[in-house]
Amino acid sequence: MKRRMSGYVFHRLLETVVLLNLVLVFVFLLLHLTGDPVAVMMPQDATQEDIERLRRQMGFDKPFSAQFAEFYGRAVKGDFGQSWEHGEPALKVVLERFPASLELAVTAFLISILMGIPLGAVAAYKENTLYDRSCMVGTVMGQSVPDFWLGLMLIMLLSVWAGLLPSFGREGWRHLIMPAFVASTYHTARLARLMRSQMLEVLRQDYIQTARSKGLAEGIILFRHALKNSAIPIVTVLGIDLGVMLGGTVIIETVFAWPGVGRLAIESIHKRDFPVVQVTVFLLAAIFVVINFAVDILYAYLDPRIEHA
Amino acid sequence: MMGRVAEASALSGDSRGAEMPARGRALFWSLWRQKSALAGAVLLLTVLAAAVSAPLIAPMDPNEQSLPYSMKPPLWSSEGRVYLLGTDHLGRDLLSRIIYGSRISLVVGFFSVVFSGGIGLAVGLLAGYYGGKTDYLLMRLVDFVLAFPFILLALALIAILGPSLFLIVAVISLRLWTIYARVVRAEVLSMREREFMQAARAIGGGDLRIIVRHLLPNVLAPVVVIASLYLGRMIVIEAGLSFLGLGVPPPTPTWGGILSEGRSLLYVAWWIVTFPGLVIMLTVLGANLLGDWLRNVLDPRVRSI
Repeated sequence: MKRRMSGYVFHRLLETVVLLNLVLVFVFLLLHLTGDPVAVMMPQDATQEDIERLRRQMGFDKPFSAQFAEFYGRAVKGDFGQSWEHGEPALKVVLERFPASLELAVTAFLISILMGIPLGAVAAYKENTLYDRSCMVGTVMGQSVPDFWLGLMLIMLLSVWAGLLPSFGREGWRHLIMPAFVASTYHTARLARLMRSQMLEVLRQDYIQTARSKGLAEGIILFRHALKNSAIPIVTVLGIDLGVMLGGTVIIETVFAWPGVGRLAIESIHKRDFPVVQVTVFLLAAIFVVINFAVDILYAYLDPRIEHA
Repeated sequence: MMGRVAEASALSGDSRGAEMPARGRALFWSLWRQKSALAGAVLLLTVLAAAVSAPLIAPMDPNEQSLPYSMKPPLWSSEGRVYLLGTDHLGRDLLSRIIYGSRISLVVGFFSVVFSGGIGLAVGLLAGYYGGKTDYLLMRLVDFVLAFPFILLALALIAILGPSLFLIVAVISLRLWTIYARVVRAEVLSMREREFMQAARAIGGGDLRIIVRHLLPNVLAPVVVIASLYLGRMIVIEAGLSFLGLGVPPPTPTWGGILSEGRSLLYVAWWIVTFPGLVIMLTVLGANLLGDWLRNVLDPRVRSI
């Protein structure tokens, strides 16, 4: 058993490393999609001289394979070139903005867990009551509302009209409330629905009936038996959600002028600062892949029935 | 030959053809009974009708500017013309722009569903049927696509290749086929050892024949469910791309585009951001309600999406 497990871990690790390398290749190709990376990077009014100078400077006049070898050789050492907007290494520029994104994503993640799981669990326990129904209506709405529009509406209501919360920037926890809530809506709603359906399934199982007939307190049945067993399939979803949230707050960061990686990436796209775009795409993909790896391993430990084929 | 195939499928309770009209009628009555799904259908059909008949029902030309009338509130009227939802910063009628905007949203939604569904179906069938190395490689391809931060990659691709309707559909489909592929593959795996498959193989059916005649009809239900559940997501994604200035370029009215124009006017003209967003939400709500119902009726197993 133990050897099979370590074999599985090794196999997944190998896959993860291969995947990361493929992502790196794709990030390189991104600039070459149109055939001429210089045209992509230069502003519309650039002169022919500027274009030729940049072409030589960036090494785009070299053969394709040589360019890739150079990019790859530097990238594995963490060097993705200079950001020409910020005049600093692109990786450094992105990493500086990373804590803000992490703060937003983790807060939203925690909100979605703290709200979604209890909401869904109680809805399942009170199946077909008014609470359950309104909860389901709420979650369908939560999954339907475009998050960036919800953000705009909250800014209008809470900042412009009521003057309760700041509408942009990142200076203290009051700035975090609206963007984090908005970023969590979809995930809270989805988690609540998932939890409800998981819990409904568990509550129908024989061992819950047995526990009831033994006269165990409802609280113990709910927490010790039902919640715990509903939680296992949720773990995978949660792990993936965190990865998705890190890359998914792009528009919300723009709406609230939150100085994170997503907003940096949008600005860099508009200003054609592509080294920064490349780093952001690679970094977020790498985080997602690593989280996925960790979740798979965790899942394998939690549920030994899974075959490590 | 044909007779034996029919016999094989009858054995497995796989006689679809004759039941189709009855099943359609049953579906309709189920929809009628489930009021939330009915509401969803009505919402979606309303938007569809608005998109199709936009030139007939839009009160004005969506691109006609008139600066003296800029940023007039809802229900404002002048010279016998009523601006039901008010005007934007260029004095264009907001209602007309929203009606025309539904066209882009629905076109992107529809074609993304068709493309991503088609690719996902093909990949899922191949991976599930052939298994082994084919399956392994195709599923790693799925992992590869899923690894990327979707919105960001979509924005980068559109910025590099230049925004167009086709590219937006392509970029959205590029991501969403993976969802179909995974579900279809799992379905096929669960069917591989069922009797009707063994029967089909025993009588010497070719791979293509088995895939098309026996597997495809049996995986259509989850595909329809996913398509309806993701239609709303695609409409939101399109709106988001337009909001960030990387959707179908102006002056074509798009819901996300109107939102982005109204964003800087949030303080002075609440209606410009409020109404298009409400319409997006109701459209997506319609698709989601319908999708939930389809899932319960057709395929209760697809629960986690």
